[in-house]
Amino acid sequence: HKEPPPGAEAYIPQRYPDNRIVSSKYTFWNFIPKNLFEQFRRIANFYFLVIFLVQLIIDTPTSPVTSGLPLFFVITVTAIKQGYEDWLRHKADCSINECPVDVVQQGKVVRTQSHKLRVGDIVVVKEDETFPCDLILLSSSRPDGTCYVTTTSLDGESSHKTYYAIPDTMAFRTEQEVDSLHATIECEQPQPDLYKFVGRINIYKDKEEPVARPLGAENLLLRGATLKNTQHIYAVAVYTGMETKMALNYQSKSQKRSAVEKSMNAFLIVYLCILISKAVINTVLKYAWQWSPDRDEPWYNHRTEHERQRHVVIRAFTDFLAFMVLFNYIIPVSMYVTVEMQKFLGSYFISWDEEMFDEELGEGAQVNTSDLNEELGQVEYVFTDKTGTLTENNMEFIECCVDGNVYIPHAICNGQILSAASSIDMIDASPGGYRRDLFFRALCLCHTVQVKEEETVDGIKKGIHQGRPTSFYISSSPDEVALVEGMKRLGYTYLRLKDNYMEILNKDDEIERFELLHVLNFDSVRRRMSVIVKSSSGDYLLFCKGADSSIFPRVVSGKVEQVKARVEQNAVEGLRTLCVAYRRLSQSEYQEACHYLMEAKLALQDREQRLAQAYDIIERNFVLLGATAVEDRLQEKAADTIESLHKAGMKVWVLTGDKMETAAATCYASKLFRRTTQILELTKKRTEEQSLHDVLFELNRTVLRQLCDALEIFLEICRNCSAVLCCRMAPLQKAQIVKLIKASKEHPITLAIGDGANDVSMILEAHVGIGIMGKEGRQAARNSDYAIPKFKHLKKMLLVHGHYYYIRIAELVQYFFYKNVCFIFPQFLYQFFCGFSQQPLYDTAYLTLYNISFTSLPILLYSLVEQHVSMDTLKREPSLYRDIAKNSLLRWPVFLYWTCLGVFDAVVFFFGAYFLFDNTTFTSNGQMFGNWTFGTLIFTVLVFTVTLKLALDTHHWTWINHFVIWGSLLFYVIFSLLWGGIIWPFLNYQRMYYVFMQMLSSGPAWLSIILLITVSLLPDVIKKVLCRAMCPTATERAQSTRPCLTVEPSTIFMLSQSSSRMSF
Amino acid sequence: IDYTGVSSDSPCYNCAKNFTWNTTEPCVCTVNFTLLQPNVFMYYGLSNFYQNHRRYVKSRDDRQLNGDLSALTDPSKECEPYRKSGDVSIAPCGAIANSLFNDTLVLYYVDSNNSKIEVPLVKKGIAWWTDKHVKFRNPAGNSNLTLAFQDTAKPVNWAKPVYELDPSDPDNNGFINEDFIVWMRTAALPTFRKLYRIIQKKSGTTPTLPNGNYMLNITYNYPVLSFDGRKRMILSTISWMGGKNPFLGIAYITVGSICFFLGVVLLIIHHKYDNRNTSADIPS
Repeated sequence: HKEPPPGAEAYIPQRYPDNRIVSSKYTFWNFIPKNLFEQFRRIANFYFLVIFLVQLIIDTPTSPVTSGLPLFFVITVTAIKQGYEDWLRHKADCSINECPVDVVQQGKVVRTQSHKLRVGDIVVVKEDETFPCDLILLSSSRPDGTCYVTTTSLDGESSHKTYYAIPDTMAFRTEQEVDSLHATIECEQPQPDLYKFVGRINIYKDKEEPVARPLGAENLLLRGATLKNTQHIYAVAVYTGMETKMALNYQSKSQKRSAVEKSMNAFLIVYLCILISKAVINTVLKYAWQWSPDRDEPWYNHRTEHERQRHVVIRAFTDFLAFMVLFNYIIPVSMYVTVEMQKFLGSYFISWDEEMFDEELGEGAQVNTSDLNEELGQVEYVFTDKTGTLTENNMEFIECCVDGNVYIPHAICNGQILSAASSIDMIDASPGGYRRDLFFRALCLCHTVQVKEEETVDGIKKGIHQGRPTSFYISSSPDEVALVEGMKRLGYTYLRLKDNYMEILNKDDEIERFELLHVLNFDSVRRRMSVIVKSSSGDYLLFCKGADSSIFPRVVSGKVEQVKARVEQNAVEGLRTLCVAYRRLSQSEYQEACHYLMEAKLALQDREQRLAQAYDIIERNFVLLGATAVEDRLQEKAADTIESLHKAGMKVWVLTGDKMETAAATCYASKLFRRTTQILELTKKRTEEQSLHDVLFELNRTVLRQLCDALEIFLEICRNCSAVLCCRMAPLQKAQIVKLIKASKEHPITLAIGDGANDVSMILEAHVGIGIMGKEGRQAARNSDYAIPKFKHLKKMLLVHGHYYYIRIAELVQYFFYKNVCFIFPQFLYQFFCGFSQQPLYDTAYLTLYNISFTSLPILLYSLVEQHVSMDTLKREPSLYRDIAKNSLLRWPVFLYWTCLGVFDAVVFFFGAYFLFDNTTFTSNGQMFGNWTFGTLIFTVLVFTVTLKLALDTHHWTWINHFVIWGSLLFYVIFSLLWGGIIWPFLNYQRMYYVFMQMLSSGPAWLSIILLITVSLLPDVIKKVLCRAMCPTATERAQSTRPCLTVEPSTIFMLSQSSSRMSF
Repeated sequence: IDYTGVSSDSPCYNCAKNFTWNTTEPCVCTVNFTLLQPNVFMYYGLSNFYQNHRRYVKSRDDRQLNGDLSALTDPSKECEPYRKSGDVSIAPCGAIANSLFNDTLVLYYVDSNNSKIEVPLVKKGIAWWTDKHVKFRNPAGNSNLTLAFQDTAKPVNWAKPVYELDPSDPDNNGFINEDFIVWMRTAALPTFRKLYRIIQKKSGTTPTLPNGNYMLNITYNYPVLSFDGRKRMILSTISWMGGKNPFLGIAYITVGSICFFLGVVLLIIHHKYDNRNTSADIPS
């Protein structure tokens, strides 16, 4: 069906992919090489690979096993994990690719497998089936050529959406008919935007001019969506396989890196420098020391001939490498693995948190990126959306106003008929009948609400009469639902849309039918929507509703003043207002409007723009009918949360598309603003605000070239304010504000929270993006790093989880460096006593297992369950959050402290053992110990000290902590006994044989172990006690229950954008 | 007692100066000293001798020492350059074995009437029991050590082959010679001592070594001057807690007093802090 007839426009043959979805990364064959390549691209793995290779090539002090085994372990674990994930993806792909699809071929339905679909195939989809690829709807089993679809798996919106068939093919009923279609489809290149599609279909009929029809998003059925309420449809495939919008949308987001990771990398570089300088120092000293040949080659210790012949430079270089190898453990191989495991496992704590579980949604918090856990503890700026985030987005119709007369529907639940009846009475009592009815009709007609049909119309009718509605209104905008439901309570019930006729049950229980001619959809630039209907009496009516700012300029008559006053009053009360207007169209005007619309819709290029122009021409000369007010209640505990965030030192900015008055009212309600706060407004001076707005744009485009004064002042003011409210923001502007703050001097950590699609750009831009699983679909939640059910959960997320994660990861990183300094520094010192010969102090097994098993589990567990202050305290005292702000636990002084502590401990270990070994006998039978006993003694002290140090730092003891800490010490002892207890046949040296036992049998060894452990732990204990006493830490302050006394008078700055943008 | 013979007034001066590896005639020197301690272990000590040098430490073959026959004739490569002498493999191979300490020390008690009585020195029990019985074993399969070692050569610096190390006791020959085992346990630091002999307590009330003058008779075979080393003979008593170790005691006392001092200081601080805390609480 794709081949154009001769003489058609130039057709460039294009290769279309088949409908195979490939989400897996590897195939069976390339898994090992590709996975290895991917893994060694990580700098740490590469470093260890290099060390390993060096060990293989040159004669090194430690056997290649010592670094090869951990590396192999790490690589294998990662590879298995990735392989398993990929296997799951393969399986999923397979099941998708092989699911059966009905295709029309030669007038018959043929069942085939999904991955055999090609562009241009005609597909039959039955009810509740998922579309196998992106399709253009040709015809449906419904007579009006529509079909209903849910896109739950795409964007989480569970509402049914209507898609329309091409009018020319609508009538096709059988396979043969569909098969006889001869047409070409022109469409744009595949794009990831789910809601945009521009195309054109040319239908060729025998001996006739081809008919061109526009194709829009309303014709395109997306892969992944499900057909509902429609028996079957015929559709033609346009995008297949990896070109479908779903596949394009699942491309991975850019990686966000946390501040902790940055400082970790900085520390690593420092340690790399230390490592290299150590190796250089030792190499230089070695050659200085070896200057006399008696030292270099005493008679008892000759080199081999082969070694002697080597050039001195090569020898020096080899020595350098050997020292590198000897000290390479200072860069902890297992740190990355531990950090990753910590993040991965730690993220489960968020999703397991029962307090963050929401009953209504039946869902808890979700973690999409575990990499950013600790960033939650570092947030300085919170950017929040208003609608659906601070507020519930659960709209309730409050009142409407027609020509200055106010109508209020009564109580909600008890006795709907009664309330409806009473309001009808009220309405009847008021004057202005015609305009009022028109207003109600307008609200009933001007929307895109769907009725979820559970029963027939009669059922609905009955249901209404019995006072229990059996139908639900579903819409992508909750405002519309609220309005339509409000109308229902006022006596006008929208029944359904049938064959392009909208049916309304009016207050006299009569069904009025209006033919729906055109829908001029809502968009956030126009901030209004319109419908053109033809009433049963033959009048063409254009109803429009939208934000006041976009309606008033277009109104020519009506009681503008009264309505305006009312609207403003409502806005101050925090209600969302909409204005309704209408225009009666004559036949010719209607034709003209149709013409404009058709032309714009047919355009392949700039369709958006041309549509906007057409809308602009049509939507004017309105007659104002009235206004509505809808309340959007604050989410529970939103005020409390905002107050806590304030106390925690975070700056909360509200970025909203709403009107200033409405937004400000919400801010007051949510305690973001206080009555006493001084408010700076930037609204009155229009010129200034305009320039500000422009600067904002200019700045982002021309990359900070135009650093105007206004912008600097703006930033300066904003940074000194405790709360900022920005109104009338378009989605992109939200992101720009976030970017602006991100790029400011101090590089603060930003967090953006929102629930709707208009917040996605902001969420993606901020360091941490949080999505709320709200009513406006799942798009925000899908694009976020973390998704939470309610705004109030943000408090626990940041103050408790964020705080914990940060403390844990900070301790983890510092501890890892500390324990490896302790580990390696004695080796370095030992070189001074063994003639710089790279003799390792510890046995190979100890070198290998130190980081993998002896000391790995306690810190991992610590980093998972540590709670230095109890959860309740953290929640009660948000100011504790300030203690860890600005990465305070991973700054250089802290790092230096840990490193010094490590060096001190290492010196204590080494020289303690040195003086004890010097010229004395350790045993009661006079026998002497050798170098391996010396190393084992130091190693024992090391393992115990390092583990006990962690025990000292642990505040929150659970039985697992006890188990792991004492267990790993026990494991060390048992391992050593075993390792030294047997002649291991596979080893060609038995140097550890009975060394550990001999050591334990000696009294002084025990004494010195205890002594050395005490001495090395002493300074840390002293430091802790002193710090606690002198300058109390978070823990200290948390323990004293001091109420927060002073709240600085905060200045609040409000920014209002010019009214060119709008949103509901 | 340092008997290296650096200064010219030392009795071993001549031995040290005239040392070559080729002499068959052992050089004997005698050092007189006075002994005060009652009962004793006898050590030899070496300084500046890097037994912990990496090249040295690994230059051994534990398989061979464990009596592995294949390793006996084909020692590990780690033993280079002390692996083979000509075509015949060395047993025991390696630098450690090759540089076995071979001075002989004999202790005499000088009577009040100036007659010398040799002090009985016990050479059993100077090595770790596990080393002697498990880790070190003679090549299996042949009870006659001479035959067992027939395909091997003695280490270059040795005067006698390994199976003739102790002519007096056949169970102390070959790899399980205790002097050899002691030497094979490489020391941790360049200055070290190793157990040479034990002077066993006889019986009853008489001390092991009565007070008086002693004479140490040294067969000086071991050169240390070339690397500026020192040799010593050490006699030491040992309690159940091992040898005399002043460092441990001093360290314990120091650390103990520091802890006590800190305890007091911290107690004061804690008190002060407590006061501050309560006073801070009152206004609120």
